[in-house]
Amino acid sequence: MSDAPQDRNPMRAKPGSRGVFAGGPLQRLPAALKLSAALVIIVGTVLLPVDWIGCLAGEGLALMLAAVVSRIPFLILIRRLAMLLPFVFGVALAGMLNPGGGLDWRIIAAKSTLCLLTVILLSHTTPLGEVIRVLQRLRVPGLLVTTMALMHRYLFVLADEAGHMRRARASRTFTRGRRFAWSALATVLSRLFIRASERAERIYDAMCARGWK
Amino acid sequence: MHIPDGFIDAKTALVTTTLAAAGVGVALRQVRRELPPRRVPLLGLAAAFLFVAQMVNFPVAGGTSGHLIGGALVAVLLGPSAAVVVLTAVLIVQCLLFADGGLLALGANIFNMGLVATVSGYAVFHVVRRWLPGLRGQVAAMAFAGWCSTVLAAIGCAGQLAWSGTVAWPVAFTAMTGIHLLIGVGEGAISALVLLAIARTRPDLVGVAGPMQTPLKIRAFVGYGLAVILGLGWFVAPFACSWPDGLESVAIRLGFARHAATPLLNALAPDYRIPGITSPVIATAVAAAVGVVVVFGLAVLLSRALVREPRETAGAPASPS
Repeated sequence: MSDAPQDRNPMRAKPGSRGVFAGGPLQRLPAALKLSAALVIIVGTVLLPVDWIGCLAGEGLALMLAAVVSRIPFLILIRRLAMLLPFVFGVALAGMLNPGGGLDWRIIAAKSTLCLLTVILLSHTTPLGEVIRVLQRLRVPGLLVTTMALMHRYLFVLADEAGHMRRARASRTFTRGRRFAWSALATVLSRLFIRASERAERIYDAMCARGWK
Repeated sequence: MHIPDGFIDAKTALVTTTLAAAGVGVALRQVRRELPPRRVPLLGLAAAFLFVAQMVNFPVAGGTSGHLIGGALVAVLLGPSAAVVVLTAVLIVQCLLFADGGLLALGANIFNMGLVATVSGYAVFHVVRRWLPGLRGQVAAMAFAGWCSTVLAAIGCAGQLAWSGTVAWPVAFTAMTGIHLLIGVGEGAISALVLLAIARTRPDLVGVAGPMQTPLKIRAFVGYGLAVILGLGWFVAPFACSWPDGLESVAIRLGFARHAATPLLNALAPDYRIPGITSPVIATAVAAAVGVVVVFGLAVLLSRALVREPRETAGAPASPS
């Protein structure tokens, strides 16, 4: 389970239910505790006064420690961060253009990176199914919870299906420039939507057969 | 356009979360009342579909690439209330599973992409459709609605960044809107192509009174409209209103020195002023109007290029098989 994301499809290499790394003590904590802890850390980080840089550094160290304890491979953490950081630095760069220096862009970037690290740790130690159950206990409306649960269940199924369709398409047509790339993409997406809606019909029948509502 | 944590301060997070919660609450109530139970799994599947669709990048000019927001497309396919629920689910899962968009900024992201993009896309689609009949009109309306929804969501995002004091309003506005004017073209084109492809293979799935649509009550639409206008007005109006006095007032309000803000805007957007018009507000309005008309023309041209037989398709909705 821990080394599941080994195939080449990038969508599956991302942490789904199978991207959670088993074995660390962080993984055994209840999901509600981890979710609220993450929320507290993020709110605290955002509200932290700008000149308390020591606190930010300490928080970074603590998060690193948590990452080591949870036994998430370091390479994966860094890869996830590297995927998300460009946007952070893009906005921080725009902040750097602030004449006269309002908020220090380095502080913003540091805070943002710490928050990112927190959420990445949360997602790698807590299966989404558990988070959804916590939300259900918190009285989040049932329709939204059902939608999220179904989405999580069929996310990787549809991603695989899209991958198959694109591969089939690529093996049958030669790439002929940008215009055709767009229309091919749209065709794949439209087929994917039609298949999703047909699958939804079958799922409803199956849900009814199992006594849903 | 997913805002990460750290860029939004506490007051902006509070206001956006309240607005988003109100909008999503209206949508959930509406969907629960109108959606037949048969369609409930469709929301989850549509959310999964949208998630996969958002992962696919399309090339934009200049070596950059954008990805779909999909708000307008889903709103047209499923109706606005269902679309708000779908987008909310997508954004929550993206935040918790992939750290895409911050936890504290979730309200802002839901407001921009879940509410503004879907509701404005739906409204624009229906206004344009009233003028342009047939499949051709649907394609043109979809393209235009996709563009409008992307740009409006980007403006909301810029307003929140500026109100948080992270980025100065002129920089945030020109950068966000500038990029998304381009990305919006891609969004509109892809949305229109997808809608056309669905309409050609499964015409029963597309249409105003199609089986997938949740009907929209006037009261709910007023609710959405209020939430969107209130929110956008809240973030954008203080900046927009102070434009006649020059950008200095913005700079002072945000605590920046007064000297560099105006040249920066001129450097970033030299074409944003029209010679002969002195008031920057009027110039901006004229430039915006011209841009909107140009994009609308492009949308109509796209629909003409894609849909060949106007008579045949115009007659098709009248006689459903």
